[in-house]
Amino acid sequence: MHELSIAQALVEQIEATATQEHAQRVVRVVITVGALSGVDPEALSSLFPLVAEGTVAADATLLIERVAVRAHCKACGLETQAKTTFSGCTACGSKDIELSAGRELNIKTIELEIEER
Amino acid sequence: MCKECGCGGDPHVHFHNGVAHSHEHTQGQAHTHPHEHPHKHPHEHVSPVTAETRTVEIQQKILSRNDEQAERNRAWLKEHGVVAVNLISSPGTGKTYLLERTLEGLRGKVSCAVITGDQRTDNDARRLQGKGAPVRQIETINSCHLDAEQVGRLLPEIAGAGVRLLFIENVGNLVCPAAFDLGETFKIALLSTTEGEDKPVKYPTLFSTAPVAVLTKMDLAPHLDWDVAACRSCLRQVRPGVFIFELSAKTGFGMEAWLDYLTKLVE
Repeated sequence: MHELSIAQALVEQIEATATQEHAQRVVRVVITVGALSGVDPEALSSLFPLVAEGTVAADATLLIERVAVRAHCKACGLETQAKTTFSGCTACGSKDIELSAGRELNIKTIELEIEER
Repeated sequence: MCKECGCGGDPHVHFHNGVAHSHEHTQGQAHTHPHEHPHKHPHEHVSPVTAETRTVEIQQKILSRNDEQAERNRAWLKEHGVVAVNLISSPGTGKTYLLERTLEGLRGKVSCAVITGDQRTDNDARRLQGKGAPVRQIETINSCHLDAEQVGRLLPEIAGAGVRLLFIENVGNLVCPAAFDLGETFKIALLSTTEGEDKPVKYPTLFSTAPVAVLTKMDLAPHLDWDVAACRSCLRQVRPGVFIFELSAKTGFGMEAWLDYLTKLVE
């Protein structure tokens, strides 16, 4: 259940951004979670409100964008997508491939409510 | 009576947050003030507020704090000439036993140190004591993985004095430790013959990040009808170029190649 540590790190960063922007409330947070990030989006979703309770992000909606695994073939240049893994390039069969997407665990945007007096 | 100042109603001026204004009391006594807004009690003295919603694009890693510490660890290790390997596997794969045999095999040849992580107890550290390498135990209590901060705190005391090879034995878990960069040089995934051959495709996050895989308890393979070729094929499905060791720490099978590899790592 390392999703708890992930949720805590997420809330800490949201709080830091809210302080920096002088925001009173966080409305919405969009994060990206890759299929190979090792994080269960559902577990993270259910833990987020518990960790956010009592913070500026208490009422925030967490939106998770899932990112599929993509690989780039260094031999033929093809970029392909797969559910989780690659045994080689789907076009030329080369094993010389590198992952170009799928390990993301990023905050994309934070929507803040800022009161102006 | 005016509830702000308790006055009987004589004309006067109130100060709210430094803004002077006055108002008409119910009894009818009116008084004026710099900015005209006559009104009757009850009322609230609040400044006009408008809330603006702003979207901030931050594009930051959620684990950026851990990652920053991991980079500091990596820089420290490089500066001190230490190669650090992060050993990750399920509980019971035989990480500690392999380390016992490894420390014995490298004794006098390569200066090693060990950081070992478990939820509770220092049993592993005690098993690894007395083999010529400093050992520190991290009890993670409720956490299922080691993080960069825990490792970073121990580096100066354990890997400072001439240590060339640091083994970080992570908490036995195939999922969580894979997400936390410790600042290691690279990860080594371990898998024993008592586990399914298809573990690598079931847990691709770890097995795709580890450039080296070790198949342990190979002495049991014939008794378990364990298919080493199938396992190798699963490893290659998630990491085509993975470097694979097959060994048995108990019988010594494959240990020579493993020790030779580790020795070359620090040369």
